[in-house]
Amino acid sequence: MNLKFALFGALSLALTTPAVAQKSVEAPGGKYAKDAEQMFRASFRADNPKYWMTRLDQDETMKTCQQYRDNPPRPIGQKLEKLNAATIRYPVDGKLIGDWKEGEKLAAVGTGGHIGFIQPDPPGRVRGGNCYACHELAKKEVAYGTIGPSLHHFGKIRGNSDEIIKYAYDKIYNSNAFTACTNMPRFGLHSWLTPEQITHIVAFLMDPESPVNKD
Amino acid sequence: MVQRMLKSVVGIALACAFGGPAIAQDSKVADELAKYREALADGNPADLLEAKGEGLWAEKRGPKKASLEQCDMGLGPGKLEGAYAQLPRYFKDTGKVMDVESRLVHCMVTLQGFTQAEVTRQWFSKPGTESDIEALVTFIGAKSNGMKINVPATHPEEAKMAKMGEYIFYRRSGPQDFSCSICHGQEGKRIRLQELGNLTTKDGAGFAMKTWPSYRVSQGAVWTMQRRLIDCMRQARWPEPNYLADSIIALETYLQKTATGTVMETPGIKR
Repeated sequence: MNLKFALFGALSLALTTPAVAQKSVEAPGGKYAKDAEQMFRASFRADNPKYWMTRLDQDETMKTCQQYRDNPPRPIGQKLEKLNAATIRYPVDGKLIGDWKEGEKLAAVGTGGHIGFIQPDPPGRVRGGNCYACHELAKKEVAYGTIGPSLHHFGKIRGNSDEIIKYAYDKIYNSNAFTACTNMPRFGLHSWLTPEQITHIVAFLMDPESPVNKD
Repeated sequence: MVQRMLKSVVGIALACAFGGPAIAQDSKVADELAKYREALADGNPADLLEAKGEGLWAEKRGPKKASLEQCDMGLGPGKLEGAYAQLPRYFKDTGKVMDVESRLVHCMVTLQGFTQAEVTRQWFSKPGTESDIEALVTFIGAKSNGMKINVPATHPEEAKMAKMGEYIFYRRSGPQDFSCSICHGQEGKRIRLQELGNLTTKDGAGFAMKTWPSYRVSQGAVWTMQRRLIDCMRQARWPEPNYLADSIIALETYLQKTATGTVMETPGIKR
């Protein structure tokens, strides 16, 4: 808690310091931001379960990213990156490479986690990493998105040093540890994926036998 | 009508041609998608709904046994030509910025005597259950086909709504850290094979807004803009806002303002 407070203080300080030659862009909503937040919060049925409504809460990273339209001044970005790096947790056995075949499945699964009264996911619906939504991975899967960079030949290009393995794990666990306000979700931080599932995706990226590194 | 279809076919073909990075594989898939859409555009199922909406508009219904022909969608009672294209807007009689759907519901309540709950119970269709609102909005939308979206948001209340919509567009939250802008704030990107418009530009917002209401092939139903945006929230893994919620109207105002000047091609047909 104390650490959080200290970081928040540091952030606020950074926010009030005159920006260094950075063209200031108006925060979304301008002078109506506060009204807009209230209006948004008032848009939901009262009988939404509490744990659904918590999904609207914003942590410091989300709030700051919104304020800067996902393009924070570098010093603020660095603060966020530190804050996020501190959240990364590892599997108990310390092994960061799992089973690439499991990772391949997780990379393709885009379901899970939908809530609401109209079209929620059935209970127990598997959640995946949905990597293909944004990234090219194995060559054989042509239905890939382009929001993120191509990860085809990820391991083949980078080799499988401990540093690269740890980078891949950390990036999936908390993408904002490297690039504040990136489009990529923080899969580990939100427990969207377990540490073990993340190791499977790391294997999918790194293993020489993985289709990511073939073709 | 034929001209309209032709236009949207050319539009889709062009969009596909200029859409993503031109890797051979990608463009082949895009070509197939374009052909599929072309085939469907020859007979948009939304045209049936438009005809149904036309009937509902003129029919005397509700406790007051009145039609909707005196409904003021912003251009005066009964004036529907171009009305959809200039919504949302501020209405003096309610003191609120309203979109086509909230205004339609307002008319059904005040002119026909329905309760709001009755009118909105079936605000979207399900297999085997049709929605009067979908039909009426499709009809009202078609009356703006070929006209320019015109939401300058010059009234202070409209300007405020547009800014509040912008706030929601960039607001990040939830277990995937999403905001609208994550997927819809840059040029030339795809999610899987689906091309994503940059809704912060006139062209991107225009391309997105001009074809609603739209028949959605994947859903087998016509979707209104409210339905579309509420589903965006679901896909972002957030709770879903209420039908006709101000936050949805604010997003619409922001998007229509950005899209202003774009020619409507509605009803549309989409994935």
